[in-house]
Amino acid sequence: MQERPEVDIEKLAMLARIQLTEEEKAAYGSQLADILGFFQKLQEVDVTGIQPMAHPFEAEAPLRDDVAGTPWAPERSLSNAPASREDQVVVPKVVEDA
Amino acid sequence: MEPESILQASAFDLGKALHKGETTSREICSAFLDRVEAVDGRVGAFLSIEPERVLAAADASDARRAAGEELSPLDGLPVGIKDVIAIEGEPLTCASRILEQFKSPYTGMVGNKLLAAGLIPFGRLNMDEFAMGSSTENSAFKKTGNPWNTDHAPGGSSGGSAAAVAARECPWSLGSDTGGSIRQPAAFCGVVGLKPTYGRVSRFGLVAFASSLDQIGPMGRSVEDVAALLDVISGHDPMDSTSWAGELEPASVQLHMPHEPGTLGLPKEYFGEGIDAEVREHLEKVIKAYEGLGYTIKEISLPHTELAVPTYYIIATAEASSNLSRYDGVRYTHRSDKAADAVDLYYQSRGEGFGAEVKRRVILGSYVLSSGYYDAYYKRAQQVRTLIRDDFLKAFKEVDAILTPTTPTPAFRIGEKIDDPISMYLADIFTISVNLAGLPGLSMPCGLSSKGLPIGFQLIGQPFAEGALLQTGLAYETDHPFTAEPEL
Amino acid sequence: MPEYEAVIGLEVHVQLKTASKMFTDAPTGFGQPPNSLTNAVVMGLPGTLPVLNKGAIEQAIKFGLIFGSEIPDVFQWDRKNYFYPDSPKNYQLTQMDAPVCVGGEVEIELAGPSRNQAGEHKVIHLDHAHLEEDVGKLTHFTKDSLVDYNRAGTPLLEIVTKPDLHSAEEAVALLQSIRMHLMSAGVSDCDMEKGQMRCDANVSVRPIGQEALNPRAEMKNLNSITGVKNAISYEIKRQTRVYDKGGTVAQETRRWDADAGHTSSMRSKEEAHDYRYFPDPDLLPVHFPRDRIEELRTELPEGVFDLQRRYEKDFGLPYTLTSVICYDHELARYFEEAMAEYGKNPKAVANYVANELQRERSQAEGDGYLPMESVRLKPEALARMVRLIDEGKLTKQLAKDVLVEMFLSGKEAQAIMDEKGIKVEEQDAGELEQWCRDAVAGNAVAAQQVRDGNDKAINSFIGPVMKASRGKANPQAVREVLLKIIQEG
Repeated sequence: MQERPEVDIEKLAMLARIQLTEEEKAAYGSQLADILGFFQKLQEVDVTGIQPMAHPFEAEAPLRDDVAGTPWAPERSLSNAPASREDQVVVPKVVEDA
Repeated sequence: MEPESILQASAFDLGKALHKGETTSREICSAFLDRVEAVDGRVGAFLSIEPERVLAAADASDARRAAGEELSPLDGLPVGIKDVIAIEGEPLTCASRILEQFKSPYTGMVGNKLLAAGLIPFGRLNMDEFAMGSSTENSAFKKTGNPWNTDHAPGGSSGGSAAAVAARECPWSLGSDTGGSIRQPAAFCGVVGLKPTYGRVSRFGLVAFASSLDQIGPMGRSVEDVAALLDVISGHDPMDSTSWAGELEPASVQLHMPHEPGTLGLPKEYFGEGIDAEVREHLEKVIKAYEGLGYTIKEISLPHTELAVPTYYIIATAEASSNLSRYDGVRYTHRSDKAADAVDLYYQSRGEGFGAEVKRRVILGSYVLSSGYYDAYYKRAQQVRTLIRDDFLKAFKEVDAILTPTTPTPAFRIGEKIDDPISMYLADIFTISVNLAGLPGLSMPCGLSSKGLPIGFQLIGQPFAEGALLQTGLAYETDHPFTAEPEL
Repeated sequence: MPEYEAVIGLEVHVQLKTASKMFTDAPTGFGQPPNSLTNAVVMGLPGTLPVLNKGAIEQAIKFGLIFGSEIPDVFQWDRKNYFYPDSPKNYQLTQMDAPVCVGGEVEIELAGPSRNQAGEHKVIHLDHAHLEEDVGKLTHFTKDSLVDYNRAGTPLLEIVTKPDLHSAEEAVALLQSIRMHLMSAGVSDCDMEKGQMRCDANVSVRPIGQEALNPRAEMKNLNSITGVKNAISYEIKRQTRVYDKGGTVAQETRRWDADAGHTSSMRSKEEAHDYRYFPDPDLLPVHFPRDRIEELRTELPEGVFDLQRRYEKDFGLPYTLTSVICYDHELARYFEEAMAEYGKNPKAVANYVANELQRERSQAEGDGYLPMESVRLKPEALARMVRLIDEGKLTKQLAKDVLVEMFLSGKEAQAIMDEKGIKVEEQDAGELEQWCRDAVAGNAVAAQQVRDGNDKAINSFIGPVMKASRGKANPQAVREVLLKIIQEG
């Protein structure tokens, strides 16, 4: 295991919008630091001029003709909604500019 | 047919028996439902199954047959489904609390293809939550035991799919494979499992873990079964923009074409330290067997192999962190009742809904994508991925397929690695590169360890050459059939 | 105290006109029942994947062709990760690295000294324009909020200008120019009331002569022309005052409160934003065929200001007419169609289109104009009416009522004239000559001017003669008789 990078677990939990207990923060913080240390191996590789590979094969995204299909009935789209009213999803009050 | 012979038959033979009128879909499905009833309390492969739904579908198949309709050779056969593949009206929990109540309002492409072939979705199989794991211990709902020894893990993430086939709870099943999730449990449970070439099988309707790595694939008791199920689910899908639009040779047709034994490459990086002695011993026997069949064995090098695990975990967690953002307590998931406002709703619902490994990976993925780290981690990993892929392409100039162990060890004990993520990640060391390179990988059983646990080997093929790969597998299987049965 | 100048850049979001959404075939639309324009992909259900809409890409390319952007060889899609209840996947598909349009120039016209006079023209440079998907819509109540995903996934073009603008008026002129051009090409309806065009403005202020830019305020969601104008004006004044007092301006996001007429800081959770962009693994990059781009270029209408310059040059139309006709693509098309039927008198046709037609449309609709598709007076019929006038078969005086009737009934001018017995009568030569002699006698000065070679002076006699004839005299005949009498005199 090599150097352990800094992990700001609070900030990461905020970015990921996951509530963590204090124990979870401590455990994940330490495990993540180990894992990131394990990732350091990659930093030694010379990647000059190497294309990043986002997809395994040379291919193109297909383009669909602009033709509208049949939409779903609202009941189908909301069939798993934890709360709905007037065919809309209910969410607790949105505090602006989150 | 007698229930016992139904459970022992291959899917292929069951299909023939149906065609000859020797049995009915109801008889077959009932035999497997009874088996689930009898053994799943110990195995724990199924998250849910609705017998009435299965039997209604079986009766519909029998009615089609009775009406003399033109039927696919597989019509009326049950298929176990990993709980990550969308079929309308069925659960789609991904073994996660956050989707515990979710019923899919739509059917994905693989589901549609199964139904079109007359196959019967047979229950929802256990898995690591959102396919993240190598032991199925990360399921939010239950542990699955390895049918060969239920104190041991069945592997993962498609542990339920492998265990159900090994325990004869269904003739075959579908799993999904992002870093070895079909092949590693197949090896641990003594069944055949295939991860197809990226793009061969549509991902529309497969709940995404890591989009650039995920593929659905078949698991079964024979190469022939796996080839047949692969043919059902393969094919271009306009709903999946990464789906391969080129021509595909049906694997089950190619399987029985005459062919010359080719050259198998042994990557020296896969036979170094860290391999269990019994695994090594069995692999040597497999190599000998292939030599005996006329194959040429050649040592090759895949020099970037040691980078595969970190590369994989960076790419997979980055993509997962974004893919799993949609499970947020708003539209269709578990919603926490503790939330004070809409922002808090995210924190609480995701905090309650996700298990430890999912939280760990989503947070890790958020880290590697976050501002200032993108180039050092994600982008660099994608560059190293190119190097890993190029290793394989270079190797395939010299060999037809690559032979490796599927896993470094036989199935480990449940609980053995759960608190050590890195050691768990290394369980996938031989399977991960295949996903990074987008290649097809086949795991075949080749014997039992001294403790009676299965050992598997892996064959890695060229892109879209599943037919040739399965032929190579079939050559071994014909010569060395794996006939051992777990006692349950 | 130094003199300041404002430096403004705009980010303009425009909904592209397409039948279906950016990444799935669910229909687009406005004012439909909640969540009725959704499907598995729009809702971001597990297992769903995006498929690109060619029509949306083509609309975006047309934007680039209109404004001279470079269309790169490869477009790529990236994920912008942030959580908000109106965003079904909690990431937005957008183009971070390889947008569909790079660079470009928008010609704008500032307000002239009066409505009848052309204003100064300027060129505003674009940084780029990229495609993305719109989000759903939240309605807030006291205790909770409702989410409708109908708008989610609608193709959106984000147009980013260089910091080339220096006043609220220029910003407004830019929006108007983009709007006129996109409506003309059918790329977008740009209806700000329907949210089809939205604007963010980055505003900073610096002493004139200073090269470096000062910290800027970003104002989000300015959703009307007045909002853009007032918010920017306010912000320029605010920042100038801060500097005058020796203070510093913070780089921040500010909210425009239209009711209160001021901006206020939204600093609260700014530091939280880290969008974690990365290429979308579900969408491969696209090489759009060059020949199709060239084909699209040939389908584009003439630029609005180019058309205006051409009408002024070729037809001698005044600004008062071209600014009405050319700035409204429906009127421009109407005019073109009328001209195709009868092209000999562009001025008269333009006059009828810009004045009478617009007046009738406005009277027919309580608020605004009767939609063009409901107008029964066809451009060809209007053109034929002008021809009847030019041929002396109808007088301008009589045409007024005929046109109203044509507008209401959609009938041809000739048919209305036949029905109502309207006819420009063959004048009793003696009667006409008498009216003309009376008119010439009444204005000796003008008569002399005509004799001195001022042809236009004859117009001052035509009115009284037409009046005497109660509009029934043939103007051409009147002109000839008048000339004869004056030359004799």
